[in-house]
Amino acid sequence: MAAVAHDTHGHHDAHGHHDHGHHEESFVSKYIFSEDHKMIGKQFLVTAVFMGIVAMLLSILFRIQLAWPGESSNFLSFFLGETWAPGGVLKEDMYLGLVTIHGTIMVFFLLTGGLSGTFSNILIPLQLGARDMASGFLNMLSYWFFCLSSIIMFVSLFVETGPAMAGWTVYPPLSALPQSISGNGLGMTLWLFSMAIFIAGSLIGSLNYIVTVLNLRTTGMTMTRMPLTIWAFFVTAILGVLSFPVLLSAALLLIMDRLAGTSFYLSDIIVGGEMLTNHGGSPILFQHLFWFLGHPEVYIVLLPALGLSSEIIATNARKPIFGYRAMIGSILAIGFLSFIVWGHHMFITGMNPFLGSVFVFTTLLIAIPSAVKVFNYITTLWKGSLVLTPAMLFAIGLVSTFITGGVTGIILADSALDIAIHDTYFVVAHFHIVMGMSAVFGMFGGVYHWFPKMYGRMMNTRLGYAHFWITIVGAYGVFFPMHFVGLAGAPRRYYDYSVYNEFDTNSYDMIMDLNVIVTVFAIIAALGQLLFLFNFFYSIYRGPKAPQNPWKSNTLEWTTPVEHVHGNWPGEIPTVHRWPYDYSKPGAEEDYIPQNVPLAEGEEEH
Amino acid sequence: MGGKLITLIVIVLGVIAIAQLVRVYELTSKLRNRGEHDITERDNNLNGKMMFGFMLAMYAFFFYLMATFGWTGRGEAASNIGKETDWLLDLNFIIIIAVFFLTNTLLFYFSYKYVRKPGVKALYFPHNNKLEMIWTIVPACVLAVIIILGLKKWNDATGDAKKEAIRVELFSKQFDWTARYSGKDNQLGRFDYKLTTDNNELALLTAETIDSAIASMENGPNGIKTLESKLNDAKLMMIPEDREKMETDLSRKQRMIRLLYQMKERHDNKSDKAVWDDVIQKDTLFLCVNKEYEFNFRAKDVIHSAFFPHFRAQMNTVPGMVTRFKFTPDITTKDMRERMNNPKFNYVLMCNKICGGAHYKMKMIVVVLEETQYKSWMASKKSFKDSYFAAAAAAAAPATMPADSTAVAKDSVSVAMN
Repeated sequence: MAAVAHDTHGHHDAHGHHDHGHHEESFVSKYIFSEDHKMIGKQFLVTAVFMGIVAMLLSILFRIQLAWPGESSNFLSFFLGETWAPGGVLKEDMYLGLVTIHGTIMVFFLLTGGLSGTFSNILIPLQLGARDMASGFLNMLSYWFFCLSSIIMFVSLFVETGPAMAGWTVYPPLSALPQSISGNGLGMTLWLFSMAIFIAGSLIGSLNYIVTVLNLRTTGMTMTRMPLTIWAFFVTAILGVLSFPVLLSAALLLIMDRLAGTSFYLSDIIVGGEMLTNHGGSPILFQHLFWFLGHPEVYIVLLPALGLSSEIIATNARKPIFGYRAMIGSILAIGFLSFIVWGHHMFITGMNPFLGSVFVFTTLLIAIPSAVKVFNYITTLWKGSLVLTPAMLFAIGLVSTFITGGVTGIILADSALDIAIHDTYFVVAHFHIVMGMSAVFGMFGGVYHWFPKMYGRMMNTRLGYAHFWITIVGAYGVFFPMHFVGLAGAPRRYYDYSVYNEFDTNSYDMIMDLNVIVTVFAIIAALGQLLFLFNFFYSIYRGPKAPQNPWKSNTLEWTTPVEHVHGNWPGEIPTVHRWPYDYSKPGAEEDYIPQNVPLAEGEEEH
Repeated sequence: MGGKLITLIVIVLGVIAIAQLVRVYELTSKLRNRGEHDITERDNNLNGKMMFGFMLAMYAFFFYLMATFGWTGRGEAASNIGKETDWLLDLNFIIIIAVFFLTNTLLFYFSYKYVRKPGVKALYFPHNNKLEMIWTIVPACVLAVIIILGLKKWNDATGDAKKEAIRVELFSKQFDWTARYSGKDNQLGRFDYKLTTDNNELALLTAETIDSAIASMENGPNGIKTLESKLNDAKLMMIPEDREKMETDLSRKQRMIRLLYQMKERHDNKSDKAVWDDVIQKDTLFLCVNKEYEFNFRAKDVIHSAFFPHFRAQMNTVPGMVTRFKFTPDITTKDMRERMNNPKFNYVLMCNKICGGAHYKMKMIVVVLEETQYKSWMASKKSFKDSYFAAAAAAAAPATMPADSTAVAKDSVSVAMN
């Protein structure tokens, strides 16, 4: 099988880049062990969609418990059975298991693997004018590592003692001591191995993206003529390469503490009546290592979404993106700053307060490039000629949620205020609006916009509209009220709030009212996603054929044939003569001029 | 089962129905010679209007939530630092809510105003340095104010406590809290986790507690001697796993006992005094109004977090290290009940770091008393010395003396407040 794959690809290389469409490929080399970046991108997407459905379902399960605690639910017993939901009531331990796996899948598998993996793969070679990624083989490996880690994470849900239950941040000692909670046996081990494999895959992928961006740009594609999508993927990949290895080391040390009896994170512990001899380790060390990845991770999730939306907004506003160079500068500034802010997750861990103040300063600085980006988006819309495709709606929705989620970050970054709201639902609301809405909206926008490029067919626009409106109403309906739950002082990761009955019944009533609102909206939003799933899979097979350049866009991917060919362009690779944002340029006939069109006589570059 | 079948059928029929609708829609599009990428004027304008309508609805929802659930949940801040926190929080909220309305309004208004109109071309406007300078510098200035105010407050909150501040230790474990007051000398005695025994849950360090820890580790029900005799007993049949477990336990205890003997050799009796006058308190934490407290936090097993929502105070408790936080409660429980209009209201200390299955139940009621009430409550408490030796005596003669711990637990809120 490997020989077959090797043979077809060797063939390509030997023949240069002619007549790629005529090859007969075996099913295996085309759909499974493919080295073609377009197919790998689609593999990432479909895997991530599957993982996303799982994680969304988990969230509905625990939201039911939060809104109607202790009430029997057929829905819960259907999915969790008698083991984890005896009589249809969720078990305490499993509640934490659901929360943990929901967070892990959403952050890593949907928004890192799914977002950056899908679109970096599809768009980097196509928008740069490259035949494929720098290394097709490594690219294939990166997907299979991702797939393997997804399978392990999914399987861990079915372990008899339950999945990992220490929260997606898996802080030791809780995660290091199998005695402390039931999922900390095999479930936690699988979690750690899955993540280690995931990181390996992500590293290979990121290195590939960086090399491709630096080396395989077509003639004329200077760095300052690259679309903002590519800039975003490029910086994302650099962040991944620099920060993921640190998470790997954190995970390895944790594996050692669990399996080899070391004391990296453990000191002076008595658990379940057992006095442990571990001495001298520090649980805080893990938090430093974890958040050294954890914070750049937020931007690994967000930057690709911002890049995609820059492209979508410029195209559909029929206007150049406002402040192209400032946008690049903001991406770079956000990327750099994201490495020196991790301590804002740890203000109240007992870390030295002076260190805390440094992190306050650096964290609040990030608000400046973020503000620049928001204002630039808004100015791009100003006096545009907006075509509100579903992708465009999602991109505008992204800007709105980026604002709403961003401003509450200012409160959380302020250590003095963080003391009062740390680990409450206010935090949950904040990062869900940024990651669960902004980044996901970017991903949906990307799927709607580039679906014709991925599958050669169009998605249904009306269903797209319905999907957008249900999603934005539902998601805001979920996460707006959560701020108020948090301000009322409700801690996150609580199985229920019955404890409030013992000291403040008024707060209890308020929290319960809000929790019901949140859960109802969550169910509406989740049902709305069914429209997307139907539209997505239906259109892959039955959607109308896509035209060459459906959105009248300038970037190079729309110059490739609708039917995919190996090597992307059947003939010569296009040459680039201009930046990608010549929309509605005065003096031009059409309101767009693709990048491969030479400058007209007397025409100035932007 | 029948229910599930019907659900399944309904879902399948629903999917088929949508598929048919989509099919019809596609055929009509085909008849009109219109592709999915052509957005009609009607769709475009409708969505533009919906953008604007959505903005209004979102603002209405926001105002509704503010009016119904606004900053009321935990009432007025009941400590000195909490009042400053609330002031700063309000200021920050005013700033961010203003930004939220300004930018969202621009965004949605433009999305509505500038939808494509036939014959109107978009403005080619690639950049403008002046504008970009404005929206770099203005946020930078606002942030400078936020940072300066925040750091000033942060330094106040995390600075060292006054010398006369009352020292109290909060000891956390799965899933409860124990408080230790520093007693008359206002000095918390030393501790070492290896000294944990039934009679010394907080592992306090004195010559006596070292001896008793050694004794229980050597001769206790699961002590070294018992383990050795079991492991060496040729007649005792054991599952290999149990034997292995016992062997690990034994080797662990043998290492521990060496450390305990070293501790005994090095121990200086002078520090015992600070331990003996400490006062241990479970269930309810009593504090005196307008007195500064310095809390020292310890954790026995995993990380917990001491969260006092009403005092706006929070600090993690970390195994292997001591963390600190200070505040001065300034409203008594009695006054707060009146202000909250809730005669059953109480302050609380909750766990706010995931720590296991019953995490959500891990709390301790906090009661703030007037100074006289506080003093008389404190006078009624036994020192660690008294309770330790009383319990040791009770253990020696278990039949004659019931443990008085239940009586202490009844030390309820209302008794102290009257």
